[in-house]
Amino acid sequence: MARIKISKVPFAGTPEQEKALDAKLAELKLVPGGLMPALQFAQELYGYLPIEVQTKIAEALDVSLEEVFGVATFYSQFTLSPRGKYQVSVCMGTACYVKGAGDLVDALKVKLGIESGECTDDGKFSLIETRCIGCCGLAPVMTVNSNVYGKVTTNQLDGIMAEYK
Amino acid sequence: MEEIKMVNLKINGQDVSVPAGTTILDAARKAGIKIPTLCYLRDINAIGACRVCVVEVKGARSLVASCVYPVSEGMEVTTNSQKVIEARKTTVELILSDHDKNCLSCVRNQNCELQRLSEELGCDAKRFGGAVNTFDIDATTPYIVRDNNKCILCRRCVAACKNYQGLAIIGTNSRGFATHVGAAFDKDLADVPCVGCGQCINVCPVGALHEKEEIDDVIAALQDKSKYVIIATAPSVRIGLGEEFGYPIGSNVEGKMVTAMRKMGFNAVFDVDFAADLTIMEEGTEFINRLNNGGTLPMLTSCSPAWIKYVEHNYPDLIPNLSSCKSPQQMFGAICKTYYAEKLGIDPKDMVVVSVMPCTAKKFEKGRANQSAAGVPDIDIAITTRELAKLIRRFGLIFNELEEGKFDAPLGISSTAGLLFGATGGVMEAALRTLADVLEGKELDKIEYTAVRGTQGIKEAVVNIAGKDVKVAVASGLANAKVLMDKIRAGEADYHFIEIMSCPGGCVNGGGQPIKSAYERNNLDIKALRAGAIYAADSKSELRKSHKNPIIKELYDNYLGEPNSHKAHKILHTSYEARKKY
Ligand code: SF4
Ligand code: SF4
Ligand code: SF4
Ligand code: FES
Repeated sequence: MARIKISKVPFAGTPEQEKALDAKLAELKLVPGGLMPALQFAQELYGYLPIEVQTKIAEALDVSLEEVFGVATFYSQFTLSPRGKYQVSVCMGTACYVKGAGDLVDALKVKLGIESGECTDDGKFSLIETRCIGCCGLAPVMTVNSNVYGKVTTNQLDGIMAEYK
Repeated sequence: MEEIKMVNLKINGQDVSVPAGTTILDAARKAGIKIPTLCYLRDINAIGACRVCVVEVKGARSLVASCVYPVSEGMEVTTNSQKVIEARKTTVELILSDHDKNCLSCVRNQNCELQRLSEELGCDAKRFGGAVNTFDIDATTPYIVRDNNKCILCRRCVAACKNYQGLAIIGTNSRGFATHVGAAFDKDLADVPCVGCGQCINVCPVGALHEKEEIDDVIAALQDKSKYVIIATAPSVRIGLGEEFGYPIGSNVEGKMVTAMRKMGFNAVFDVDFAADLTIMEEGTEFINRLNNGGTLPMLTSCSPAWIKYVEHNYPDLIPNLSSCKSPQQMFGAICKTYYAEKLGIDPKDMVVVSVMPCTAKKFEKGRANQSAAGVPDIDIAITTRELAKLIRRFGLIFNELEEGKFDAPLGISSTAGLLFGATGGVMEAALRTLADVLEGKELDKIEYTAVRGTQGIKEAVVNIAGKDVKVAVASGLANAKVLMDKIRAGEADYHFIEIMSCPGGCVNGGGQPIKSAYERNNLDIKALRAGAIYAADSKSELRKSHKNPIIKELYDNYLGEPNSHKAHKILHTSYEARKKY
């Protein structure tokens, strides 16, 4: 728990995103308390808050990078890891949890070498835990992007993941 | 003038009258009652976070944090009821439950606010068990060690870095139980634009922040009989050191300090004040040349290594404004290893120069590029005032019983203009004393430039020298320096010469000086008391101008030629580099 894990996935922001962020920051730098809205806007725009984006925010709002980072890591609405090419999410609703969703998460963490909320260094897989997605009959349920897998057991995971190599 | 409204209240049954807006903490202090605090620091940290300072207010539903709670008319406060003491005790016991309680090997053993509180409140350090955080220790810089295992999250360091230095390099990251102090993206301190000033160390109540010690290197050097070991102290060290041995703040213990170092077995005990005199010769001459030859102005002083690093990270475009002079520490080492080594017939490789500094950034400075006049580092070991005190204790010297000693000649001879370098405005005053004499071509009676004295963050003055108005400015604390730098960058400044010291009040209040508890910091003007000792010594001195120092004259006559000569440049000047922020 010592250090916060920082994603190594290379930043892949587009010029359009940069333009949108610049415009927003130009507006926010004129009002006090612009940091939260700036971070919310950027989180929405990029899906996460890499150092490149936080640096831009710090410079525009004339606060230090640490002040931005402190806020970005204080609120759970912000994340430091991008969404992977394949987003793996495991439902942690009551039904799924009772049927062993926790074991699935643990096994996926080991297989992918990441914690929940993180992305593998090659940018391929990210892992999240979600609330009930409403397929309780299929518990435990996991999804990879829009594909839904039901009644998943830990021994099936290798097979599922192999579909996304 | 608007009349100040007074408020009457009762504290522990005693009548107190204080101006409206006063906190209960301050009102109590005025009534002679001490309330313990932990996170509160006057002027910079009033966040009401730790709740060690709670008191009972009649009619209030719960205990209130006295450091942020203002008094009101008719208020009845109790600061020492059983309920209050129990609450404080539990608070401290909870802090201790997630604390690396290894007092015996802790750098702050016997000088720790947490330890003291625990003792005062009669805490059971093991009352609460449960989860304990473990953190890596950050020892990546040559100057600071950060050990979050001892951090109690008071945020005083965060406030110092942000408010004194305007930097906010460190802050609190993450949330809940995982909350910890760190730099942006939890990077190592060596990878962020920390300037090494050590102000964060000085405000830390516990052992979570301390300088990277070089005490063992000093002892090893002393034991190596093949080495000629020189020690020299910066101006402020003699002013701070006594506090480590029970002297009141603002005591000048130069004589005993010299004797202590001599008894440790150094081959020579010198004074960095000598090199401060030398700095005045070089920097003063550089200034005159810039002034007369259309050089880059305003010229910025270069004695404070944290300031230099600050410019390199934040104002690389203004590097040409920095004086090219090495700092007194580095000039001192450079002269030892060139002039003095030649004089003694010693290979500079067999010389070890130890500097004692009120500063942690000096540990960084000695490793900078272009600081090796004789092909070996100018300075080998840089210790803080605190480390010198530890050495004195380790050698078993009874400090207050030592006789008064005198620095060795020749590099221990100095003017008190050099001593002034310890206080904000002192470099400027020392420079003006010499500049005025040189430019007027005669010896002037005017010696004291009071306009540049005092502990205000920014001072300005116009001084008429030889018919020319020289506009000077002085700032201490980098948050204040920033104000001047932004003006220069915007082309709105018409100063000729600016002195900057990174630490508020100057080196007397440097990051390597004895640590003062929050209680002392909150109730005394430490930097003014220490500066007072410097001006007192200067006013009694016979030798008050750098260019009048006979050894300085000898050094130029016999070795360097004249100030800013080619040789002087090679030995006493340096270069700077633009540094990235992250
Ligand atoms: S910080 Fe204080 S309480 Fe903690 S180990 Fe060090 S001396 Fe003891
Ligand atoms: S040494 Fe100075 S700049 Fe670095 S973190 Fe501490 S207060 Fe901030
Ligand atoms: S490092 Fe020291 S000053 Fe900073 S928050 Fe921790 S205990 Fe307080
Ligand atoms: S809350 Fe008052 S000292 Fe911490």
